[in-house]
Amino acid sequence: MSLLDASGGGICHKEEVHASSSLPKHLDSDSPLLSVRSVAKRYGARIGCKDISFDLWPGEVLGVVGESGSGKSTLLGCLSGQLRPDGGEVLFDTRDRGPVDTLRMSEPQRRHLARTDWAFVHQNPRDGLRMGVSAGGNVGERLMATGARHYGRIREAASDWLDRVEIDTGRIDDRPRQFSGGMQQRLQIARNLVSGPRLAFMDEPTGGLDVSVQARLLDLLRGLVRDMGLSAVLVTHDLAVVRLLADRLIVMKDGRVVETGLTDQVLDDPQHGYTQLLVSSVLQV
Amino acid sequence: MSDQAYNFAYLDEDTKRMIRRAILKGIAVPGYQVPFASREMPMPYGWGTGGVQVTAAVMTPEDVLKVIDQGADDTTNAVSIRKFFQRTAGVATTERTSEATMIQTRHRIPETPLTSDQILVYQVPIPEPMRFLEPRETETRRIHALADYGLMQVRLYEDIARHGEIATSYAYPVEVAGRYVMDPSPIPKFDNPKLDDCPAIQLFGAGREQRIYALPPYTHVRSLDFEDHPFRATKADHACAICGSASSYLDEVITDDAGGRMFVCSDTDYCAQNAKGGA
Repeated sequence: MSLLDASGGGICHKEEVHASSSLPKHLDSDSPLLSVRSVAKRYGARIGCKDISFDLWPGEVLGVVGESGSGKSTLLGCLSGQLRPDGGEVLFDTRDRGPVDTLRMSEPQRRHLARTDWAFVHQNPRDGLRMGVSAGGNVGERLMATGARHYGRIREAASDWLDRVEIDTGRIDDRPRQFSGGMQQRLQIARNLVSGPRLAFMDEPTGGLDVSVQARLLDLLRGLVRDMGLSAVLVTHDLAVVRLLADRLIVMKDGRVVETGLTDQVLDDPQHGYTQLLVSSVLQV
Repeated sequence: MSDQAYNFAYLDEDTKRMIRRAILKGIAVPGYQVPFASREMPMPYGWGTGGVQVTAAVMTPEDVLKVIDQGADDTTNAVSIRKFFQRTAGVATTERTSEATMIQTRHRIPETPLTSDQILVYQVPIPEPMRFLEPRETETRRIHALADYGLMQVRLYEDIARHGEIATSYAYPVEVAGRYVMDPSPIPKFDNPKLDDCPAIQLFGAGREQRIYALPPYTHVRSLDFEDHPFRATKADHACAICGSASSYLDEVITDDAGGRMFVCSDTDYCAQNAKGGA
Protein backbone atom coordinates (compact mmCIF):
# COMPACT_ATOMS: atom_id res chain seq x y z
CA MET A 1 0.00 0.00 0.00
CA SER A 2 1.43 3.33 -0.91
CA LEU A 3 1.54 6.50 1.06
CA LEU A 4 -0.98 8.05 -1.26
CA ASP A 5 -3.42 5.30 -0.63
CA ALA A 6 -3.11 5.70 3.09
CA SER A 7 -6.50 6.64 4.42
CA GLY A 8 -7.07 8.08 7.84
CA GLY A 9 -6.50 11.83 8.10
CA GLY A 10 -3.03 13.04 8.87
CA ILE A 11 -1.64 9.77 10.15
CA CYS A 12 1.29 8.41 8.24
CA HIS A 13 1.86 4.71 7.94
CA LYS A 14 5.62 4.46 7.81
CA GLU A 15 5.85 0.72 8.03
CA GLU A 16 3.64 0.29 5.03
CA VAL A 17 5.65 2.71 2.98
CA HIS A 18 8.81 0.83 3.71
CA ALA A 19 7.29 -2.25 2.19
CA SER A 20 8.59 -3.18 -1.22
CA SER A 21 5.42 -2.16 -3.08
CA SER A 22 5.79 1.44 -1.98
CA LEU A 23 5.41 3.03 -5.42
CA PRO A 24 2.07 4.69 -6.16
CA LYS A 25 -0.18 2.83 -8.51
CA HIS A 26 0.19 5.44 -11.30
CA LEU A 27 3.83 4.59 -11.78
CA ASP A 28 3.25 2.30 -14.69
CA SER A 29 4.77 4.52 -17.36
CA ASP A 30 8.17 3.71 -18.84
CA SER A 31 9.46 7.25 -19.12
CA PRO A 32 9.74 10.05 -16.59
CA LEU A 33 7.33 12.96 -16.86
CA LEU A 34 10.02 15.46 -16.00
CA SER A 35 13.76 14.94 -16.34
CA VAL A 36 16.01 17.56 -14.87
CA ARG A 37 19.66 17.47 -15.96
CA SER A 38 22.36 19.53 -14.20
CA VAL A 39 20.28 22.68 -13.89
CA ALA A 40 22.24 25.63 -12.57
CA LYS A 41 21.33 29.21 -11.81
CA ARG A 42 23.66 31.90 -10.54
CA TYR A 43 22.85 35.33 -9.21
CA GLY A 44 26.04 37.16 -10.13
CA ALA A 45 28.81 35.53 -8.14
CA ARG A 46 26.35 33.73 -5.86
CA ILE A 47 24.97 30.32 -6.56
CA GLY A 48 21.19 30.04 -6.73
CA CYS A 49 21.26 26.33 -7.38
CA LYS A 50 23.83 24.10 -8.98
CA ASP A 51 24.08 20.73 -10.59
CA ILE A 52 20.50 19.63 -9.90
CA SER A 53 19.43 16.43 -11.63
CA PHE A 54 16.44 14.20 -10.98
CA ASP A 55 13.61 12.37 -12.66
CA LEU A 56 9.97 12.80 -11.75
CA TRP A 57 7.70 9.92 -12.74
CA PRO A 58 4.01 10.16 -13.58
CA GLY A 59 1.90 10.26 -10.42
CA GLU A 60 4.86 10.88 -8.17
CA VAL A 61 5.19 13.71 -5.67
CA LEU A 62 8.72 14.95 -5.10
CA GLY A 63 9.39 17.01 -2.02
CA VAL A 64 12.18 19.59 -2.01
CA VAL A 65 13.21 20.59 1.50
CA GLY A 66 15.92 22.78 2.91
CA GLU A 67 16.37 25.92 4.94
CA SER A 68 15.63 29.43 3.69
CA GLY A 69 18.06 30.47 1.00
CA SER A 70 19.00 26.92 0.07
CA GLY A 71 17.81 27.39 -3.51
CA LYS A 72 14.45 25.62 -3.32
CA SER A 73 12.42 28.39 -4.84
CA THR A 74 15.12 29.17 -7.40
CA LEU A 75 14.98 25.56 -8.51
CA LEU A 76 11.18 25.66 -8.75
CA GLY A 77 11.36 28.88 -10.75
CA CYS A 78 13.84 27.30 -13.18
CA LEU A 79 11.71 24.19 -13.65
CA SER A 80 8.48 26.09 -14.22
CA GLY A 81 9.94 28.52 -16.73
CA GLN A 82 9.66 31.59 -14.50
CA LEU A 83 13.43 31.90 -14.18
CA ARG A 84 15.94 31.29 -16.89
CA PRO A 85 18.63 28.84 -15.70
CA ASP A 86 22.25 29.38 -16.78
CA GLY A 87 22.65 25.79 -17.83
CA GLY A 88 21.13 22.34 -17.91
CA GLU A 89 18.06 20.75 -19.39
CA VAL A 90 14.47 20.37 -18.22
CA LEU A 91 12.81 17.68 -20.32
CA PHE A 92 9.03 17.49 -20.05
CA ASP A 93 7.13 14.60 -21.58
CA THR A 94 4.58 16.55 -23.66
CA ARG A 95 1.37 14.91 -24.80
CA ASP A 96 1.93 15.38 -28.50
CA ARG A 97 5.68 15.51 -29.05
CA GLY A 98 7.19 13.41 -26.27
CA PRO A 99 10.08 14.73 -24.17
CA VAL A 100 10.93 18.34 -25.02
CA ASP A 101 13.43 20.66 -23.35
CA THR A 102 11.21 23.37 -21.92
CA LEU A 103 14.13 25.78 -21.67
CA ARG A 104 14.51 25.77 -25.43
CA MET A 105 10.80 26.03 -26.18
CA SER A 106 9.39 29.19 -27.66
CA GLU A 107 7.57 31.49 -25.28
CA PRO A 108 4.06 30.79 -26.67
CA GLN A 109 4.64 27.04 -26.38
CA ARG A 110 5.83 27.40 -22.82
CA ARG A 111 2.87 29.60 -21.94
CA HIS A 112 0.51 27.11 -23.45
CA LEU A 113 2.12 24.33 -21.45
CA ALA A 114 1.97 26.45 -18.31
CA ARG A 115 -1.78 26.81 -18.58
CA THR A 116 -2.72 23.35 -19.77
CA ASP A 117 -0.38 20.64 -18.49
CA TRP A 118 1.22 22.54 -15.63
CA ALA A 119 -0.06 24.06 -12.44
CA PHE A 120 1.73 26.51 -10.20
CA VAL A 121 0.55 27.01 -6.65
CA HIS A 122 2.11 30.04 -4.99
CA GLN A 123 2.67 30.34 -1.28
CA ASN A 124 0.71 33.56 -1.21
CA PRO A 125 -2.63 33.10 -2.98
CA ARG A 126 -2.53 36.79 -3.91
CA ASP A 127 0.32 35.99 -6.30
CA GLY A 128 -1.67 33.30 -8.03
CA LEU A 129 -5.17 34.78 -8.05
CA ARG A 130 -6.73 37.81 -9.69
CA MET A 131 -8.05 39.54 -6.61
CA GLY A 132 -10.42 41.79 -8.54
CA VAL A 133 -12.07 38.97 -10.47
CA SER A 134 -14.80 36.69 -9.08
CA ALA A 135 -14.01 33.13 -7.98
CA GLY A 136 -15.73 31.77 -11.11
CA GLY A 137 -13.71 34.05 -13.35
CA ASN A 138 -10.52 33.00 -11.62
CA VAL A 139 -11.23 29.33 -12.19
CA GLY A 140 -12.48 29.90 -15.73
CA GLU A 141 -9.51 31.95 -16.89
CA ARG A 142 -7.45 28.95 -17.97
CA LEU A 143 -10.36 27.58 -19.95
CA MET A 144 -10.95 30.89 -21.70
CA ALA A 145 -7.24 31.27 -22.37
CA THR A 146 -7.25 27.96 -24.18
CA GLY A 147 -10.23 28.82 -26.34
CA ALA A 148 -13.39 28.06 -24.33
CA ARG A 149 -16.07 30.51 -25.48
CA HIS A 150 -19.25 29.07 -24.01
CA TYR A 151 -20.25 30.92 -20.86
CA GLY A 152 -22.56 28.22 -19.54
CA ARG A 153 -19.99 25.47 -19.83
CA ILE A 154 -17.20 27.60 -18.33
CA ARG A 155 -19.41 28.39 -15.38
CA GLU A 156 -20.35 24.77 -14.97
CA ALA A 157 -16.69 23.75 -14.87
CA ALA A 158 -15.91 26.53 -12.41
CA SER A 159 -18.78 25.52 -10.17
CA ASP A 160 -17.71 21.89 -10.32
CA TRP A 161 -14.17 22.79 -9.29
CA LEU A 162 -15.26 25.04 -6.46
CA ASP A 163 -17.20 22.08 -5.17
CA ARG A 164 -14.18 19.80 -5.47
CA VAL A 165 -12.04 22.15 -3.38
CA GLU A 166 -14.85 22.47 -0.84
CA ILE A 167 -15.86 26.04 -1.54
CA ASP A 168 -19.60 26.68 -1.40
CA THR A 169 -20.71 27.06 -5.03
CA GLY A 170 -23.01 29.88 -3.91
CA ARG A 171 -19.88 31.99 -3.59
CA ILE A 172 -18.95 31.65 -7.26
CA ASP A 173 -19.50 35.36 -7.90
CA ASP A 174 -17.67 36.56 -4.79
CA ARG A 175 -14.22 38.00 -5.15
CA PRO A 176 -11.23 36.32 -3.50
CA ARG A 177 -10.86 39.34 -1.21
CA GLN A 178 -13.95 38.20 0.62
CA PHE A 179 -12.44 34.73 1.19
CA SER A 180 -10.39 33.54 4.14
CA GLY A 181 -6.72 32.63 3.62
CA GLY A 182 -7.47 28.91 3.47
CA MET A 183 -10.29 29.42 0.96
CA GLN A 184 -8.08 31.62 -1.20
CA GLN A 185 -5.48 28.89 -1.26
CA ARG A 186 -8.10 26.29 -2.23
CA LEU A 187 -9.39 28.64 -4.91
CA GLN A 188 -5.88 28.97 -6.26
CA ILE A 189 -5.63 25.21 -6.45
CA ALA A 190 -8.97 24.96 -8.28
CA ARG A 191 -7.89 27.66 -10.71
CA ASN A 192 -4.78 25.65 -11.52
CA LEU A 193 -6.26 22.19 -11.71
CA VAL A 194 -9.28 23.06 -13.86
CA SER A 195 -7.31 22.38 -17.04
CA GLY A 196 -6.44 18.86 -15.86
CA PRO A 197 -2.68 19.38 -15.63
CA ARG A 198 -0.25 16.50 -15.26
CA LEU A 199 2.42 18.35 -13.33
CA ALA A 200 2.02 20.76 -10.42
CA PHE A 201 4.67 23.03 -8.98
CA MET A 202 3.88 23.99 -5.42
CA ASP A 203 5.78 26.58 -3.47
CA GLU A 204 4.97 26.25 0.25
CA PRO A 205 1.27 25.63 -0.46
CA THR A 206 0.44 25.57 3.24
CA GLY A 207 2.67 28.44 4.35
CA GLY A 208 0.94 31.08 6.40
CA LEU A 209 -2.10 28.96 7.22
CA ASP A 210 -2.97 27.84 10.71
CA VAL A 211 -2.55 24.14 11.46
CA SER A 212 -6.17 23.02 11.25
CA VAL A 213 -6.61 24.77 7.90
CA GLN A 214 -3.28 23.28 6.82
CA ALA A 215 -4.46 19.81 7.67
CA ARG A 216 -7.63 20.25 5.64
CA LEU A 217 -5.72 21.64 2.68
CA LEU A 218 -3.22 18.80 2.79
CA ASP A 219 -6.03 16.29 2.91
CA LEU A 220 -7.62 17.93 -0.09
CA LEU A 221 -4.36 18.05 -2.01
CA ARG A 222 -3.66 14.43 -1.27
CA GLY A 223 -7.08 13.46 -2.55
CA LEU A 224 -6.71 15.50 -5.73
CA VAL A 225 -3.21 14.19 -6.42
CA ARG A 226 -4.50 10.66 -6.10
CA ASP A 227 -7.68 11.17 -8.13
CA MET A 228 -6.00 12.99 -10.98
CA GLY A 229 -2.77 11.00 -11.07
CA LEU A 230 -1.01 14.33 -10.75
CA SER A 231 2.77 14.56 -10.43
CA ALA A 232 4.09 17.35 -8.28
CA VAL A 233 7.25 19.10 -7.23
CA LEU A 234 6.56 20.36 -3.75
CA VAL A 235 8.87 22.92 -2.21
CA THR A 236 8.55 23.40 1.52
CA HIS A 237 10.49 23.76 4.72
CA ASP A 238 7.79 21.96 6.63
CA LEU A 239 8.83 18.33 7.07
CA ALA A 240 5.34 17.31 8.19
CA VAL A 241 3.97 18.42 4.82
CA VAL A 242 6.39 16.31 2.82
CA ARG A 243 5.86 13.38 5.17
CA LEU A 244 2.20 13.49 4.26
CA LEU A 245 2.40 14.26 0.54
CA ALA A 246 5.77 13.38 -0.93
CA ASP A 247 6.92 10.01 -2.22
CA ARG A 248 10.52 11.06 -2.54
CA LEU A 249 12.63 13.82 -1.07
CA ILE A 250 15.44 16.04 -2.19
CA VAL A 251 17.29 17.84 0.56
CA MET A 252 19.00 21.05 -0.53
CA LYS A 253 21.65 23.15 1.12
CA ASP A 254 23.58 26.09 -0.33
CA GLY A 255 22.08 25.52 -3.76
CA ARG A 256 23.10 21.87 -3.96
CA VAL A 257 21.37 18.58 -3.36
CA VAL A 258 22.86 16.94 -0.30
CA GLU A 259 20.58 13.94 0.02
CA THR A 260 17.84 12.18 -1.90
CA GLY A 261 15.70 9.16 -1.22
CA LEU A 262 12.26 7.90 -0.34
CA THR A 263 10.58 10.32 2.05
CA ASP A 264 10.43 8.01 5.02
CA GLN A 265 13.91 6.73 4.40
CA VAL A 266 15.31 10.25 4.45
CA LEU A 267 13.28 11.44 7.41
CA ASP A 268 13.70 8.34 9.55
CA ASP A 269 17.29 7.55 8.69
CA PRO A 270 18.98 10.77 7.56
CA GLN A 271 22.55 10.23 6.32
CA HIS A 272 23.89 13.70 5.62
CA GLY A 273 24.82 15.88 8.57
CA TYR A 274 22.55 18.68 7.44
CA THR A 275 19.56 16.39 7.00
CA GLN A 276 20.16 15.02 10.49
CA LEU A 277 20.14 18.56 11.81
CA LEU A 278 16.98 19.37 9.86
CA VAL A 279 15.11 16.32 11.11
CA SER A 280 16.21 16.83 14.70
CA SER A 281 15.12 20.48 14.57
CA VAL A 282 11.45 19.64 14.23
CA LEU A 283 9.59 20.70 17.33
CA GLN A 284 7.51 18.03 18.97
CA VAL A 285 4.14 18.84 20.40
CA MET B 1 -7.02 82.35 -44.30
CA SER B 2 -4.60 80.52 -42.11
CA ASP B 3 -2.48 82.00 -39.36
CA GLN B 4 0.94 82.61 -40.92
CA ALA B 5 2.73 82.24 -37.59
CA TYR B 6 2.16 78.49 -37.79
CA ASN B 7 3.22 75.84 -40.25
CA PHE B 8 0.32 74.29 -42.19
CA ALA B 9 -1.87 72.47 -39.67
CA TYR B 10 0.17 73.64 -36.67
CA LEU B 11 2.72 70.82 -36.47
CA ASP B 12 6.16 71.19 -38.09
CA GLU B 13 6.93 68.97 -41.06
CA ASP B 14 9.38 66.70 -39.20
CA THR B 15 6.77 65.94 -36.56
CA LYS B 16 4.19 65.15 -39.24
CA ARG B 17 6.67 62.81 -40.88
CA MET B 18 7.20 61.01 -37.60
CA ILE B 19 3.45 60.69 -37.06
CA ARG B 20 2.88 59.52 -40.65
CA ARG B 21 5.47 56.80 -40.14
CA ALA B 22 3.57 55.62 -37.09
CA ILE B 23 0.30 55.73 -39.05
CA LEU B 24 1.78 53.73 -41.92
CA LYS B 25 3.03 51.13 -39.49
CA GLY B 26 -0.36 51.06 -37.82
CA ILE B 27 -2.07 50.47 -41.16
CA ALA B 28 0.42 47.75 -42.05
CA VAL B 29 -0.33 45.94 -38.78
CA PRO B 30 -4.06 46.51 -38.18
CA GLY B 31 -4.96 46.93 -34.52
CA TYR B 32 -1.36 47.10 -33.31
CA GLN B 33 -0.61 50.05 -31.02
CA VAL B 34 2.34 51.94 -32.47
CA PRO B 35 4.19 54.14 -29.97
CA PHE B 36 4.90 57.66 -31.22
CA ALA B 37 6.45 60.80 -29.80
CA SER B 38 3.27 62.66 -28.97
CA ARG B 39 3.72 66.45 -28.87
CA GLU B 40 2.35 69.04 -26.54
CA MET B 41 -0.68 70.55 -28.24
CA PRO B 42 -2.37 73.84 -27.39
CA MET B 43 -5.19 72.07 -25.60
CA PRO B 44 -5.41 69.92 -22.47
CA TYR B 45 -4.93 66.16 -22.50
CA GLY B 46 -8.29 64.48 -22.76
CA TRP B 47 -9.49 67.01 -25.29
CA GLY B 48 -8.30 65.06 -28.29
CA THR B 49 -4.59 65.81 -28.53
CA GLY B 50 -3.97 62.40 -30.13
CA GLY B 51 -6.72 62.80 -32.70
CA VAL B 52 -5.61 66.34 -33.52
CA GLN B 53 -2.03 65.23 -34.17
CA VAL B 54 -3.18 62.41 -36.46
CA THR B 55 -5.52 64.76 -38.30
CA ALA B 56 -2.77 67.37 -38.68
CA ALA B 57 -0.33 64.77 -40.02
CA VAL B 58 -2.62 63.45 -42.77
CA MET B 59 -4.38 66.72 -43.65
CA THR B 60 -3.92 68.34 -47.08
CA PRO B 61 -5.04 71.88 -48.07
CA GLU B 62 -7.80 70.38 -50.25
CA ASP B 63 -9.39 68.44 -47.40
CA VAL B 64 -12.86 69.21 -46.12
CA LEU B 65 -12.95 68.66 -42.37
CA LYS B 66 -15.80 67.65 -40.13
CA VAL B 67 -15.36 67.40 -36.36
CA ILE B 68 -17.85 65.70 -34.08
CA ASP B 69 -18.01 65.26 -30.34
CA GLN B 70 -20.36 62.43 -29.24
CA GLY B 71 -21.98 62.74 -32.65
CA ALA B 72 -22.63 66.48 -32.40
CA ASP B 73 -21.00 69.17 -34.55
CA ASP B 74 -21.83 72.03 -32.21
CA THR B 75 -20.39 71.06 -28.84
CA THR B 76 -17.35 72.74 -27.27
CA ASN B 77 -14.78 70.15 -28.19
CA ALA B 78 -15.92 69.88 -31.81
CA VAL B 79 -16.18 73.63 -32.28
CA SER B 80 -12.76 74.40 -30.84
CA ILE B 81 -10.95 71.69 -32.82
CA ARG B 82 -12.71 72.81 -36.02
CA LYS B 83 -11.65 76.40 -35.32
CA PHE B 84 -8.13 75.25 -34.58
CA PHE B 85 -7.75 73.74 -38.04
CA GLN B 86 -9.55 76.61 -39.76
CA ARG B 87 -7.00 78.92 -38.24
CA THR B 88 -3.81 76.86 -38.58
CA ALA B 89 -4.53 75.07 -41.87
CA GLY B 90 -7.18 77.17 -43.54
CA VAL B 91 -9.04 74.08 -44.70
CA ALA B 92 -12.72 74.05 -45.59
CA THR B 93 -15.01 72.65 -42.91
CA THR B 94 -18.43 71.14 -43.06
CA GLU B 95 -21.04 69.60 -40.85
CA ARG B 96 -22.24 67.23 -43.57
CA THR B 97 -20.82 63.73 -43.25
CA SER B 98 -21.16 63.05 -46.97
CA GLU B 99 -19.22 66.21 -47.93
CA ALA B 100 -16.29 65.67 -45.58
CA THR B 101 -13.04 64.02 -46.65
CA MET B 102 -11.70 63.91 -43.10
CA ILE B 103 -13.76 63.42 -39.98
CA GLN B 104 -12.29 63.72 -36.53
CA THR B 105 -14.54 62.13 -33.97
CA ARG B 106 -14.86 61.80 -30.27
CA HIS B 107 -16.74 58.65 -29.24
CA ARG B 108 -19.08 58.16 -32.23
CA ILE B 109 -19.11 56.89 -35.80
CA PRO B 110 -21.43 58.93 -38.04
CA GLU B 111 -24.74 57.29 -38.96
CA THR B 112 -24.28 58.07 -42.65
CA PRO B 113 -22.21 55.23 -44.16
CA LEU B 114 -18.61 56.26 -44.87
CA THR B 115 -16.98 55.96 -48.27
CA SER B 116 -13.55 55.00 -49.52
CA ASP B 117 -12.72 58.73 -50.04
CA GLN B 118 -12.89 59.45 -46.35
CA ILE B 119 -10.61 59.20 -43.34
CA LEU B 120 -12.10 58.83 -39.87
CA VAL B 121 -9.84 59.92 -36.99
CA TYR B 122 -10.73 58.83 -33.44
CA GLN B 123 -9.71 60.55 -30.24
CA VAL B 124 -8.62 57.81 -27.86
CA PRO B 125 -8.24 58.28 -24.10
CA ILE B 126 -6.94 54.79 -23.20
CA PRO B 127 -5.66 52.71 -26.11
CA GLU B 128 -4.94 49.57 -24.11
CA PRO B 129 -8.05 47.36 -23.94
CA MET B 130 -6.65 45.43 -20.98
CA ARG B 131 -5.51 48.39 -18.93
CA PHE B 132 -7.92 47.80 -16.06
CA LEU B 133 -7.34 44.07 -16.01
CA GLU B 134 -3.57 44.07 -16.18
CA PRO B 135 -1.84 47.23 -14.97
CA ARG B 136 1.66 46.28 -16.19
CA GLU B 137 2.49 47.59 -19.65
CA THR B 138 5.25 44.96 -20.01
CA GLU B 139 2.66 42.26 -19.47
CA THR B 140 0.00 43.71 -21.81
CA ARG B 141 2.61 44.00 -24.55
CA ARG B 142 3.49 40.37 -24.06
CA ILE B 143 -0.20 39.44 -24.20
CA HIS B 144 -0.55 41.27 -27.52
CA ALA B 145 2.65 39.78 -28.90
CA LEU B 146 1.52 36.24 -28.08
CA ALA B 147 -2.17 36.89 -28.89
CA ASP B 148 -2.85 35.53 -25.43
CA TYR B 149 -6.25 37.11 -24.94
CA GLY B 150 -7.92 34.88 -22.35
CA LEU B 151 -7.90 37.79 -19.95
CA MET B 152 -10.16 39.86 -22.18
CA GLN B 153 -12.67 37.04 -22.14
CA VAL B 154 -12.46 37.03 -18.34
CA ARG B 155 -13.65 40.63 -18.37
CA LEU B 156 -16.73 39.68 -20.40
CA TYR B 157 -17.29 36.66 -18.15
CA GLU B 158 -17.31 38.96 -15.13
CA ASP B 159 -19.86 41.15 -16.85
CA ILE B 160 -22.25 38.29 -17.41
CA ALA B 161 -21.67 36.87 -13.92
CA ARG B 162 -22.52 40.20 -12.35
CA HIS B 163 -25.18 41.61 -14.65
CA GLY B 164 -26.62 38.61 -16.44
CA GLU B 165 -25.43 39.91 -19.81
CA ILE B 166 -22.40 41.62 -21.30
CA ALA B 167 -22.99 45.01 -19.72
CA THR B 168 -20.03 46.74 -21.37
CA SER B 169 -21.84 49.33 -23.45
CA TYR B 170 -18.96 51.42 -24.79
CA ALA B 171 -15.27 50.80 -25.57
CA TYR B 172 -16.37 47.27 -26.35
CA PRO B 173 -13.27 45.21 -27.22
CA VAL B 174 -12.87 43.95 -30.78
CA GLU B 175 -10.60 41.51 -32.55
CA VAL B 176 -9.03 42.99 -35.67
CA ALA B 177 -8.34 40.86 -38.73
CA GLY B 178 -8.23 37.73 -36.58
CA ARG B 179 -5.18 38.94 -34.67
CA TYR B 180 -4.96 41.94 -32.35
CA VAL B 181 -7.54 42.81 -29.74
CA MET B 182 -8.21 46.52 -29.88
CA ASP B 183 -10.06 49.17 -27.91
CA PRO B 184 -12.25 50.97 -30.45
CA SER B 185 -12.13 54.11 -28.23
CA PRO B 186 -15.24 54.81 -26.14
CA ILE B 187 -17.73 54.55 -29.00
CA PRO B 188 -21.03 52.96 -27.96
CA LYS B 189 -21.16 49.28 -28.82
CA PHE B 190 -24.00 50.22 -31.15
CA ASP B 191 -21.26 51.54 -33.46
CA ASN B 192 -19.09 48.41 -33.33
CA PRO B 193 -20.65 46.78 -36.42
CA LYS B 194 -19.75 49.92 -38.42
CA LEU B 195 -16.06 49.28 -37.75
CA ASP B 196 -16.25 46.03 -39.67
CA ASP B 197 -15.52 46.06 -43.39
CA CYS B 198 -15.61 49.87 -43.48
CA PRO B 199 -14.51 51.44 -46.81
CA ALA B 200 -12.93 54.45 -45.06
CA ILE B 201 -9.52 54.50 -43.40
CA GLN B 202 -9.90 54.57 -39.63
CA LEU B 203 -7.07 56.06 -37.56
CA PHE B 204 -6.87 56.13 -33.76
CA GLY B 205 -4.71 58.63 -31.88
CA ALA B 206 -4.03 58.65 -28.14
CA GLY B 207 -2.02 61.75 -27.25
CA ARG B 208 -1.36 61.29 -23.56
CA GLU B 209 -0.71 57.56 -23.96
CA GLN B 210 1.42 58.19 -27.08
CA ARG B 211 -0.10 55.46 -29.21
CA ILE B 212 -1.45 55.35 -32.75
CA TYR B 213 -3.34 52.44 -34.27
CA ALA B 214 -5.35 51.97 -37.41
CA LEU B 215 -7.88 49.97 -39.38
CA PRO B 216 -7.19 49.86 -43.12
CA PRO B 217 -10.27 49.88 -45.38
CA TYR B 218 -12.34 46.70 -45.48
CA THR B 219 -10.77 45.15 -42.38
CA HIS B 220 -12.64 42.40 -40.60
CA VAL B 221 -13.48 43.58 -37.09
CA ARG B 222 -15.22 41.17 -34.73
CA SER B 223 -16.67 42.12 -31.36
CA LEU B 224 -15.65 39.61 -28.68
CA ASP B 225 -18.41 37.54 -27.13
CA PHE B 226 -19.47 34.11 -25.89
CA GLU B 227 -21.24 31.46 -27.96
CA ASP B 228 -24.22 31.51 -25.62
CA HIS B 229 -24.05 35.28 -25.05
CA PRO B 230 -23.48 36.69 -28.52
CA PHE B 231 -22.61 40.33 -29.15
CA ARG B 232 -25.63 42.63 -29.52
CA ALA B 233 -25.48 46.25 -30.62
CA THR B 234 -27.88 48.08 -28.32
CA LYS B 235 -29.53 51.50 -28.27
CA ALA B 236 -32.33 53.19 -26.35
CA ASP B 237 -35.63 51.63 -27.35
CA HIS B 238 -37.21 54.80 -28.71
CA ALA B 239 -37.45 56.86 -31.88
CA CYS B 240 -35.78 60.27 -32.20
CA ALA B 241 -38.08 63.02 -30.88
CA ILE B 242 -36.90 65.40 -33.61
CA CYS B 243 -36.49 63.41 -36.82
CA GLY B 244 -38.34 60.24 -35.88
CA SER B 245 -35.52 57.90 -36.84
CA ALA B 246 -35.87 54.51 -35.18
CA SER B 247 -32.50 53.22 -36.29
CA SER B 248 -30.01 55.85 -35.17
CA TYR B 249 -28.21 56.00 -31.84
CA LEU B 250 -30.01 58.20 -29.32
CA ASP B 251 -29.01 60.55 -26.53
CA GLU B 252 -31.28 60.85 -23.53
CA VAL B 253 -31.88 64.51 -22.73
CA ILE B 254 -33.36 65.58 -19.40
CA THR B 255 -35.75 68.43 -20.09
CA ASP B 256 -36.99 69.52 -16.64
CA ASP B 257 -36.67 68.76 -12.95
CA ALA B 258 -39.81 66.66 -12.91
CA GLY B 259 -38.32 63.64 -14.69
CA GLY B 260 -39.20 64.84 -18.16
CA ARG B 261 -36.90 63.47 -20.84
CA MET B 262 -36.63 63.09 -24.57
CA PHE B 263 -34.56 60.92 -26.85
CA VAL B 264 -32.81 62.58 -29.78
CA CYS B 265 -30.26 61.45 -32.35
CA SER B 266 -26.71 61.77 -31.10
CA ASP B 267 -25.57 62.41 -34.71
CA THR B 268 -26.81 65.99 -35.27
CA ASP B 269 -26.03 66.05 -39.00
CA TYR B 270 -27.91 62.82 -39.60
CA CYS B 271 -30.83 64.09 -37.56
CA ALA B 272 -31.03 67.39 -39.48
CA GLN B 273 -30.84 65.67 -42.86
CA ASN B 274 -33.38 63.09 -41.82
CA ALA B 275 -35.79 65.74 -40.50
CA LYS B 276 -35.44 67.70 -43.75
CA GLY B 277 -35.90 64.63 -45.95
CA GLY B 278 -38.88 63.45 -43.94
CA ALA B 279 -40.61 66.84 -43.93
